Amino acid sequence: MKVASASQTNHSPLLKKKQGFGYYLQRDWQLYLLVMLPLAFVIVFKYLPMTGLVIAFKDYKIARGFWGSDWAGMEVFQELFAKADFIKAVRNTLLLNVLDLCFSFTMPIVLALLLNEVKSIRFKRINQTILYLPHFLSWVIIGAIAYQLLSEGGGVVNNLIELMGGTRIPFLQEDNNWLISYLAIGVWQSMGWGTIIYLAAMSGINPEMYEAATVDGAGRWRKVWNITLPSIRATIVTLLIMALGKVMDGSFERIYALQNKATTEFTTTIPVLVYRWGIESGNFSRATAIGLFQSVIGIILVISADRVAKKLGEDGIL
Amino acid sequence: MKATAGGSAVPHKARIDTWEFLIRFAIIVVSLICLLPFIHVVSKSLSSDSFVIANKVFLWPQGFTIEAYRKIFADASILRSLYITVIVTVLFTILGMILTICAAYPLSRAQFKGRRVITFIFLFTMYFSGGIIPDYMNINNLGLMDTIWSLVLPLSFSAFNLLIMKTSLTHGIPVSLEESARIDGAGHFRILFSIVLPLSKPIMATLALFYAVGRWNAYQDALFYIKHEISLRPLQLKLYYLVIQASESFQLEATQVQLSNPEVLKASVVVFATLPILCVYPFVQKYFVQGVMLGAVKE
Repeated sequence: MKVASASQTNHSPLLKKKQGFGYYLQRDWQLYLLVMLPLAFVIVFKYLPMTGLVIAFKDYKIARGFWGSDWAGMEVFQELFAKADFIKAVRNTLLLNVLDLCFSFTMPIVLALLLNEVKSIRFKRINQTILYLPHFLSWVIIGAIAYQLLSEGGGVVNNLIELMGGTRIPFLQEDNNWLISYLAIGVWQSMGWGTIIYLAAMSGINPEMYEAATVDGAGRWRKVWNITLPSIRATIVTLLIMALGKVMDGSFERIYALQNKATTEFTTTIPVLVYRWGIESGNFSRATAIGLFQSVIGIILVISADRVAKKLGEDGIL
Repeated sequence: MKATAGGSAVPHKARIDTWEFLIRFAIIVVSLICLLPFIHVVSKSLSSDSFVIANKVFLWPQGFTIEAYRKIFADASILRSLYITVIVTVLFTILGMILTICAAYPLSRAQFKGRRVITFIFLFTMYFSGGIIPDYMNINNLGLMDTIWSLVLPLSFSAFNLLIMKTSLTHGIPVSLEESARIDGAGHFRILFSIVLPLSKPIMATLALFYAVGRWNAYQDALFYIKHEISLRPLQLKLYYLVIQASESFQLEATQVQLSNPEVLKASVVVFATLPILCVYPFVQKYFVQGVMLGAVKE
């Protein structure tokens, strides 16, 4: 019974589709022609590289090529997991990104709530223009500005500290200070830009709700707590899930622009290791393996966060 | 109550204003934190060496001079990098837009069969990729290493931008408009060029800006793919070697610029590379905000 009904329901639409496709192709050939170009690009530059993931399971030798190299099974991974650098990189990646999530994720929400409280449109617009600015600078430029501001020798912040009678602080030249500077710079770069989506969500809140709350005697904080925040909850959850997917990732450009030889404790992260092992030292198998490890964990995190969000009654992203 | 309003309303109003004032004050402080670093760097770049060495420059140039900028414009290698960046950004943006439109238009049409499968093929790349090394090997195999095409081609397809464009076309173009054009005998190409594209100018401007700024600011791929051909280094990469590495004074990139005072020169190079964005930024800001909000619209 079951088999019969399954084959029946499977069969007829499939047949119909097969018959119809030539017709659609003929009718909409222009559309198919258009989509060919981007499709070709995606295949060459996105899907073709995915086949390269195979070398994570091979003993890849450049001289022997992609197909000529011997299979290594899980050997590369076993070797990888035993590396001290690997443990360190996973620890640092998690450390940097979780801390980054705590500060860079929450600051835009706070800032958006503040901006939303301001009634003057002119004031809001001028400040938003300034707040968005750091987002448009490359990490190289931000790194350069950071050194101009924070370096121990001639950085203006240290000059001011000294002027006020304090002692110079090696913001970027000492491991723990570097970590704090790294986080602060991340918040600085992203907080203004991050407010856009929240402000958009807040602009959709029905003003009558605020009016009703005012009539009921609710103060400013009560309204923020009971109306504004619940109204942007779905946005917060969506962005949080996407941010969670990046917890094993992290920007190579950001770390690379802010790192220096004096502070190596926290800069060994997964993207940096991939670069160091793969592109600098040519150990493609190991570098691909760690990259694959990172992608898989990232996908697992996104899917599980999405599941949890859906269980809690949110929309999720998938 | 009303009669005494003049007397009692003032302190009452002042109480509300305290919060308003505090909130505004907090926002202004945060804005200044975003703005002052630039002003400092600009001031430094326009100051003379002796004042900078003496740590006397804060937010206003001391001993005004444009000597450092003169050196930058005399340095062929920096101008060459600027030239490469401009070329790459223009090519990249044009190609990116062509690819986005070619994919978004068919995928936004309800009659296009196989839409779901093809959409999945495109959007899957947002969540999973080969990673740095397979990408690198791919570029190597295709013979694109040390060519400007390594900076133009690989990133020119963006699933995220496609999603924004597709959403905009699905909701933004009235079906009736398209149907009437069809009845008049227009094909898809004709509809695309005469109806859809002219109606999509704002979203196209937004995405073109996304592509352009993204390309202008990126340096990771250049760091990987432009290894030996120094003349092909884009501005950000040049800047990286010039400023970041030199900051530690462990490794100094060989350059034609005489680093008589590295600090002033570094500041001016930073300003030089930021200026193009700073010039267009106020004009394009509203497009960006529009784009981000559209991106927030989920399918």
